Amino acid sequence: MSKYAFHRSRAEMLPERPAPLTSTGVIGWLRANLFSNWLSAVLTVASIAVLALVIPGLIEWAFIDATLTGELGKDCPSEGACWAWLDQRITQFFYGFYPPEAYWRVNICIALLVPALAYMLFDRLPYSRYGRWFSLAYPVIAAILLVGGLGLDVVRTDQFGGFMLNLIAGLVGIVLSLPIGIVLALGRRSRMPIVRMFSVGFIEFIRGVPLITLLFVAIILLPLFLPPQVTLDQLIRVMIIITVFASAYMAEVIRGGLQAIPQGQYEAGQAMGLGYWQSMRLIILPQALKISIPGIVNTFIGLFKDTTLVIIIGLFDILGQARLLQTNPDWLGKVDYETFLLAALFFFVICFGMSRYSLNLEKRLDTERR
Amino acid sequence: MTERAPPGGGGFDISRAWTDERARGVIFQILIVLGVAGLAAFIVMNTITNLREAGLSSGYGFLFDTANFDINQRLLDYASTSTYGQAFVVGALNTVLVAVMGIIAATVIGFVAGVLRLSNNFLVSRIVVVWVEFTRNVPVLLQIIFWWLIMLALPRVKDSISIGDAAFLNNRGIFLPSPIFEDGSAIVLAMILVGVVATILVGRWARKRQEETGRTFPVGWVGLGLIVGIPVIVYFAIGQPLDFDLPEKKRFNLKGGFNITPELIALWLALSTYTGAFISEIVRGGILSVSKGQTEASGALGLRRGLTMRKIILPQALRVIIPPMTSQYLNLTKNSSLAVAIGYQDIVSIGDTILNQSGQALEVISLYMAFYLVLSLLTSAFMNWYNKRIALVER
Repeated sequence: MSKYAFHRSRAEMLPERPAPLTSTGVIGWLRANLFSNWLSAVLTVASIAVLALVIPGLIEWAFIDATLTGELGKDCPSEGACWAWLDQRITQFFYGFYPPEAYWRVNICIALLVPALAYMLFDRLPYSRYGRWFSLAYPVIAAILLVGGLGLDVVRTDQFGGFMLNLIAGLVGIVLSLPIGIVLALGRRSRMPIVRMFSVGFIEFIRGVPLITLLFVAIILLPLFLPPQVTLDQLIRVMIIITVFASAYMAEVIRGGLQAIPQGQYEAGQAMGLGYWQSMRLIILPQALKISIPGIVNTFIGLFKDTTLVIIIGLFDILGQARLLQTNPDWLGKVDYETFLLAALFFFVICFGMSRYSLNLEKRLDTERR
Repeated sequence: MTERAPPGGGGFDISRAWTDERARGVIFQILIVLGVAGLAAFIVMNTITNLREAGLSSGYGFLFDTANFDINQRLLDYASTSTYGQAFVVGALNTVLVAVMGIIAATVIGFVAGVLRLSNNFLVSRIVVVWVEFTRNVPVLLQIIFWWLIMLALPRVKDSISIGDAAFLNNRGIFLPSPIFEDGSAIVLAMILVGVVATILVGRWARKRQEETGRTFPVGWVGLGLIVGIPVIVYFAIGQPLDFDLPEKKRFNLKGGFNITPELIALWLALSTYTGAFISEIVRGGILSVSKGQTEASGALGLRRGLTMRKIILPQALRVIIPPMTSQYLNLTKNSSLAVAIGYQDIVSIGDTILNQSGQALEVISLYMAFYLVLSLLTSAFMNWYNKRIALVER
């Protein structure tokens, strides 16, 4: 034991000493998070300066100096926000030119959307056997409620507008682009050269041009392409184009998921004697779609934001309603930022919600895999 | 056991075609070709009939007709007596202009925001998070019109905000001094070019020397001297051959100088902040993908923080960053077509005017679609080349 001879043994433990004052409590937190070095300190001071400049001014503009009541733009003094239009215009921002006596139909549609979505997204719900059928039937029910027929008054689709239009176009695109995207992605990885060629050509063409040019095709060129006696409703044409556009992006996201599945899974499917569609449905796609969820949700968010482009071809979605009010002589120059703030909030709530949901889902699936 | 047609020909039995995978594939593909050809024929027939009934001619001959409209934002000489074809070229260049400006600004914004978001400064990273989330989740079209409204709300010409009486900011955009090149300015430009080439050569030499001997050389400072210093000295030595045409304030307008329209500024600001927010997320993900051991290893080698970032973290992060960044660049370029909403005269906006004047819908839309396809292909080709250059060379 001679080689440990330099050890001096101590009979009792030393008492624990408190951590230095500068590394605990408020001071410690400040040092670690705001003033860890001179650059950080400069940034902190600069951020506080920016916040002190922006936030009080913003609050003063939006709330303290704001005008809440009034009939016309001239009732609003120039300083402070003008919210006087809210009470008379908010319904138009949401429903567009939909006849007010039929607003309940839109409301029921939105109320029914919740269970329809829930039965698609979650497995363990009461009555899920009937719920699935309800989800499948929902598009038909919604279409009848919104457009009319079966005893309901018919509402022309050019009366659709406001945020409702964004929601409808976005939901139709989301629901249809996923299956079409899956087919395109499978086509791109198919062993049949002609199928592959058409899929690649379609996907790359759609992804290579801006959505607005495709919308022009729908509005200006589609009537040229169809026989003169056939007329397609403008809203339907727009929905077709938005769906086609989103499908191409969806196909690329799903292709990424398909590529991440190891070859062994495909071979295992064949070894089990499954045909192509069986092995895709039971083995490959469930795994591939699971990996692609973040990308799929991102595509949904992008699609939903892109529904605002319809104002360029003359439909009045929520952005269109905002522009209508901004250029209305009664309100000219008074409501530019207020109307956009409201429209931005509508989008922010839904898009941010979707992105949080996807993050949450990603985390849950990630722990499952371990 | 089911019998299958033996591979490689020999005894093809038409009655068993449906049970043979390859035969089925061939039949399926023939059906697809027939279907697509049928659809194409249907469309072409309808189009020909519809065009004939509307009494419209087709073909690209209209490109040589006189345009009869003005374009205020242009990089080339253009007047209302120019042809539709020239108008198209001006519009295409305007698209390229805003796309290039946007890509540069979005990259800078994205990298700065991405790094700031990762900083251990609590306040800064929170502010960046809030900004990124808000910018990403609001439609870009709304943001473009928003910035445009802000530009239009700037003071009128009479009350322009001026910076040293040389630059003016008002609701007609920014007015800057425009350079007038006089005799000898070519020499200065040549010196800048020489400086760039010399810097590249010095950089190569310095790297070789460092690899051989380990001695470093301040390439950055020397390069700065070569590219900026020497041309400045030459500029003064040959008597300042560059003059500026200052914008001059008149009663209702500004005369002279160089005008950047509010539409261009609004579009540029909106596109670069929107795409910048997306890029910042990509940059953040890229930096986080580099394992912490790399930072620690470079610390153990005695590299400073700045050098660690530049020489160790970023080169590895770039491999993750470049592919998604390419698609952001492409998105920015395609989003620039939203210019039509605020009247910036890009290719779509000018195409729209031409379409309304000439009625040649098919030709105009095909032209700008082709333009975007080519632009997309070129951008992807360049980024693929760059990606290959920086990709990990595995042994």
